[in-house]
Order: sequence, then structure tokens, then C-alpha cells
Amino acid sequence: MARPATPPAEATPARRALTPSRYRLVGRRRETDDTFTLRLTPIDQPLAAARPGQFHMLTAFGIGEAAISVSGLASPAVDHTVRAVGAVTRALCGLPIGGVVGVRGPFGTHWATEELDGSDVVVIAGGIGLAPLREAVRALIAREGGGGGRLSVVVGARAPDQLLYEEDLWRWREAGAHVRATVDSAPPGWTGAVGLVTTLLDAVPFDPARAAALVCGPEVMIRVVAAALVDRGVAASAIRVSLERNMQCGGGLCGHCQLGPLLLCRDGPVVPYGGRVARLLQERER
Amino acid sequence: MDVRPSRPPADDWAVLDPQGIDRLIGALGRRGYRTLGPVVRDGAITLAEIAGVADLPAGWRDAQDPGRYRLERTESPAFFAWAVGPHSAKAQVLPPRDRVWRASAGAGGVEIAEAGVDAPPTALVGIRPCDVAGLGVLDRVLGAAGAADPAYLRRRAQTFVVVAECGSPAATCFCTSMGTGPDARSGFDLALTELVDGGGHRFLSRSATGAGAALLRAVGGASATTIDRRSRDGVLGDAAARIRRRLDRDGLPALLERNLEHPRWDEVADRCLACGNCTMVCPTCFCTSVEDTTDLTGASQRERRWASCYEVGHSYIHGGPVRPSTRARYRQWLTHKLGTWHDQFGESGCVGCGRCVTWCPVGIDLCEEVDAIRRADGATAARPAPGGS
Ligand SMILES: Cc1cc2nc3c(=O)[nH]c(=O)nc-3n(C[C@H](O)[C@H](O)[C@H](O)COP(=O)(O)OP(=O)(O)OC[C@H]3O[C@@H](n4cnc5c(N)ncnc54)[C@H](O)[C@@H]3O)c2cc1C
Ligand code: SF4
Ligand code: FES
Repeated sequence: MARPATPPAEATPARRALTPSRYRLVGRRRETDDTFTLRLTPIDQPLAAARPGQFHMLTAFGIGEAAISVSGLASPAVDHTVRAVGAVTRALCGLPIGGVVGVRGPFGTHWATEELDGSDVVVIAGGIGLAPLREAVRALIAREGGGGGRLSVVVGARAPDQLLYEEDLWRWREAGAHVRATVDSAPPGWTGAVGLVTTLLDAVPFDPARAAALVCGPEVMIRVVAAALVDRGVAASAIRVSLERNMQCGGGLCGHCQLGPLLLCRDGPVVPYGGRVARLLQERER
Repeated sequence: MDVRPSRPPADDWAVLDPQGIDRLIGALGRRGYRTLGPVVRDGAITLAEIAGVADLPAGWRDAQDPGRYRLERTESPAFFAWAVGPHSAKAQVLPPRDRVWRASAGAGGVEIAEAGVDAPPTALVGIRPCDVAGLGVLDRVLGAAGAADPAYLRRRAQTFVVVAECGSPAATCFCTSMGTGPDARSGFDLALTELVDGGGHRFLSRSATGAGAALLRAVGGASATTIDRRSRDGVLGDAAARIRRRLDRDGLPALLERNLEHPRWDEVADRCLACGNCTMVCPTCFCTSVEDTTDLTGASQRERRWASCYEVGHSYIHGGPVRPSTRARYRQWLTHKLGTWHDQFGESGCVGCGRCVTWCPVGIDLCEEVDAIRRADGATAARPAPGGS
């Protein structure tokens, strides 16, 4: 711990971890009334490639920063699907094409789909929860030929016009995945299911003994789905869930993203259900 | 518990008289250090710039109890006859407010300029062993390999530590339970033990780094005698024996983890004001929030500031806070500090300085809260089932 009395001549870029890189908005696609997929390309040195399930901290300059999952990887371009719910996410969704977004990351754990060869995989998403799962499904489809396991995708949304990535859903179905959608309430003409995503667990094929599940959505949904999967005989350790908490830094420095023993930006957002996580989700923090 | 002070080899020791301490402070200044030490200000001993021993709080001691801090006069000429003030070393390595970057409209649309790190070489003179331990805890959180905050590392590398071992613990101190005091073990450049006895007013000094040794040589002291070293053993042994407050750490993380529904959380929530004082005075609470602002030129900047898990917004996600109740927030504080810190960083987040006990406006005492949970281990409060709220 010997320390010099004089500071080093010039500091290395001291704030790299906390300072965003500049990306340009090159494409915006409307997914629903309040949700947009934003395509960004690097202006500066590109950041390291994200893995499916990881997230970036996106800055709307002058407004603030939000944690947003990677929903598409077309290196060096990267897609994020953003639901405009507040100041930052509204500013991101409203940015004109050509505008500059600040990006930090990628942060956190990923879905580790490469470990799932041979498993029947059930992907279950609620609402915007499909965004962090989209690249995982794409990776699992690519596996389909050699992997041996079956792939099912179960999505839930408030209403049919709230479903994300309809074209992808069709494409995944054509590629052999079992795709089912359900909505909370349906207008006339909807031929899909109505009700909770758990009702569709019996409509997709998987052998609980060799199944893995990837789950993302509102926390109540995650809790109910994980419990239903365990009821059907899926091992809690084979269920991976992606959890959300307040995040101010993304890198284990700010303390906001704690869930009991976990710092979710570092130990999550993707964590195995089972053991401590199952208990933490049952306890609730209220 | 072993209350014998740790004892480094004899040849590192020197004895300084009060003028020697004055020379030490002067030498730090001449070497370019901004020198901070204990100073009486606003009725408390705070950490502020010092120029010599005349600035030190000679003739003062502190009286501390849950929810109470008072300075009192003493006849002793000692500079360090008090325990701890409200300021830990934290603010020197993690400023309460700090600019991170500034962005302005430029050719590429937006130009980002990282804020420079304001990190003058800083000497902390007379901080306590528990605060040195606190810096070590922060090192494991903010300086962890691969995940370090560069600004923290920069400021930390610029910090020179002169620790004053404790001869006058307060009633709120429990460093003996946490293994952090009253003697200093590691993490300092120089350690001083103040002795006031038949041998006069003097400071047994030892260095732990090359920089510390060089400074001690430059200041020039007498060599230490066996009597001086025995006096130190006596002072620190007495101090350890006078620390009566205990935090029972036996199986503590597991105790807390299995008692998340204990009725004591409701009882403490009835008293807790959720003011966050305990987190502000804590030497290890590291939580921060960022805030972006714009000025009239259209430029924006991001600032990072201290945050506390007692703020409702600390756990805010779209739809509302995860911990809306005071019960949930007090529980987060206590279980993080004493329990889940072990999971996250491999040790306790508490160094036993007792500040949270002293500076709590209603005198909530974490040792007592732990004892209450332990006494009724496994008790549960009647609560609505999960999902029922
Ligand atoms: C790992 C992770 C991945 C996410 N992925 C996506 C995604 O792919 N698409 C998407 O639309 N949303 C995602 N979110 C949620 C998104 O981060 C929040 O909706 C967003 O932060 C809300 O900010 P806001 O200012 O627009 O909204 P508001 O609700 O108005 O927020 C107001 C203030 O509350 C605070 N706040 C609210 N939520 C959060 C939060 N989660 N973290 C920190 N501060 C918060 C902020 O200080 C904000 O300024 C993700 C969240 C996490 C943790
Ligand atoms: S106790 Fe609270 S304020 Fe302190 S580090 Fe933990 S979460 Fe942050
Ligand atoms: S988001 Fe800051 S510690 Fe996890």
C-alpha cells in the first residue's frame, strides 16, 4: 500500500465504466402503441458484443439512463425494444432517426442457451419480457437440427395488439417451434387463447424430466409460472428467470439492484430459480 | 475473545512527542498532502483540514449513547481522548456528490467529456482503526478486481493513512466484536498510540508502508523502549476491556436469513423514522444514485450522489417501490449490513464503529435488534400471504 505523494502525470480515462459510448439511432420499428424496437450502431469504438439476456444502460441525453435488454444482435448494430413508461423510456422512443444514444455495458448474466442441447426448452414470456428472450429463441432455433430437444414458446400479452414480434412468432413456428399466445382480454376475431400463460403449459410438448425453462415477465407472472413448472415436475434448477430491480450503475457499484444476497446487475438478471431465488420470490419484500 | 493488541516487531517503532506530531503534520503538507484530521466544529469532532497540533481537539472527549452525542471538557492534554465523530473516511474516497461526465451538442450530435477526478493527495491523520477497516470494506466493494470504480481507485491510491489507536472508546463502540479495534492491524501507513502517563505525553509510532517509514524517518523520533511498548499494551488492553457492547456474530447471516418474517421488524419499524442517518454516517454504506441535469446551453451532465436504502425511490421500478414500508427498508439495511454483505463481498459490512447507534434520532441500536431476533429465533408475525397484497 505504498502510495506516491504526487499524482500520476496523466490519468487514464478514469470514468470509462460510468461514461457511455455514443451510438446512433438508425432504425425504429413500432411494435405496439407504446413499444418500439430501436436499432443502434456505434459512433465510437463498439462495445463488446452482448449475449442474449444481457442488458445495456441506455442514456437519453439530458433526461437520464435506463436498463434495457438486448433484443437483437446484428453486430455491430444492436436492437433494444423499449416500452415507453416514463421519462427516459419515452425520450428514447421519441428520439429522431440519426439521434445519439449513450450506451454502457453489456452487463449481467445471460440465458446460456449453449448449455441446453438435448433439453426440451420452454420459453415463457409476458409482455415486454419477450424482448430479452428474442435472441435466445433465435439461438435455440439454430440449435434445432442437431440439439435433439423440442422448443416451445409461450407468450402472454394484455391484448392481441400488445403482442411483440408477430412476424418472428410466425417465423419460429415455421422453423418447427411450438408457439402459443394468450391474451388477458380478446376482441372478436381472436382465435388464440385467453387467460394466464400457465394455462398454455399443457398445450406445448415437453418432458419435465429433461426440460429447461426460460422465463421473463412481470414478477408475479414469473412466480406463478415457475411454481406451475415445478408442479409439472420440472426441476427448479432447470428453470431460469430474468428479474428486474432498480439499476443505477449496472456494474455492482450503486447497491440499488439488491435482491437479498444477489446484486442483480452482476449475479443476474438471469438467475436459476430454485434454492434461494425461489424462497426470495416467495418472501416478497413489502 | 483475544483482547491483546497485535504487536509488530520492535524495530519499526519510534516515539514522537507532541512537537513531533506537529512536525509530522507539517511534513505531510510539504509533501503535497491535503491533510485532514480531527477538529472540533459545531459541537462535534469532525474531519477537516489541519495545519498543526493546535488544530487538534486537545482537552475534549465525547460521550455517546444510543441517539446521543456530546462533547465534554477533560483535564487531559491528550489529542485523541475521544472515540469517533460523525465523519468517517468514506467521503474522502466516495464524495457525497461527484460529477461523472458532461455532454454538449457537437459535430457528431453529442460530445461527451468525462469529468476529471478531483483527487489531491490526501492524508487522513488520527482516523480510527474501525475507519481504516471501513476503507478496507469499501475496497472490496468499489475496488474489486474487474469491477472497480476507477474514480474510487484513483482517490484511494492518493490516500495516506495515519491511524490513531483507541484509548477512549465510547459506550456505542463494538469494534472488539468485529475484530477491527481498538488496535490497528492493517490498512494504514502510520499508526500512533497516544500515551499520557509518568513517561510524559507521547506517541508510540510505527510504519506499515515504505511511505510511512520514510515520513517517520524525516520527522525523527526517539527510539521506543520496552516501557513505551508496555504502556501501549496497557492502554489498548484497558480500552478493549472497557468496550462492553457486544454484537453476537455467531451464525448471524443465517439467523437473519431465517427470520425475515420476525415480529421484531414490525416493532422496530414503529420507531424507525426512515431518515437514513445511519446509512449516511456508516463508513461502509456505498449506495449511490445518478442524476442527469441540463443547463440553458443544452449541455447535460450526470452526477452521482450518496443514496440510502431508506429512500422509497431506492427500490423504485416501474409500477412502484419494491420496499414501500419502513419495515422492509429497515430490514434491508440490517440484513444487508450484517447478513447478505457476506454473500456479496465475502465479509460483514459492519466495522463496529457504533455511529448508526449514536446518530439515530430515536436511538435504535442494531446490537439490541439482533439480540431481540436471536432471543425469539423463528418467531413469525402474522402477515398476509404472498400475492395477497
Ligand atoms: C435488467 C433490466 C432489463 C430491462 N429491460 C427492459 C427492456 O428490454 N425494455 C424495457 O422497456 N424496459 C426494460 N427494463 C425496465 C426499464 O429499465 C424501466 O422501465 C426504466 O428504467 C423506466 O425508466 P423511465 O424513466 O422511463 O420510467 P419511470 O417509471 O418514469 O421512472 C421514473 C424514475 O424511476 C426510476 N426507475 C424506474 N424503473 C427503474 C429501474 N428499473 N431501474 C432504475 N431506475 C428506475 C428512474 O430513476 C426513473 O427516472 C429493464 C429493467 C432491468 C432492470
Ligand atoms: S445498508 Fe442500505 S444504504 Fe447501506 S449499502 Fe446496504 S443497501 Fe446501501
Ligand atoms: S445496478 Fe448498481 S449495483 Fe447493480
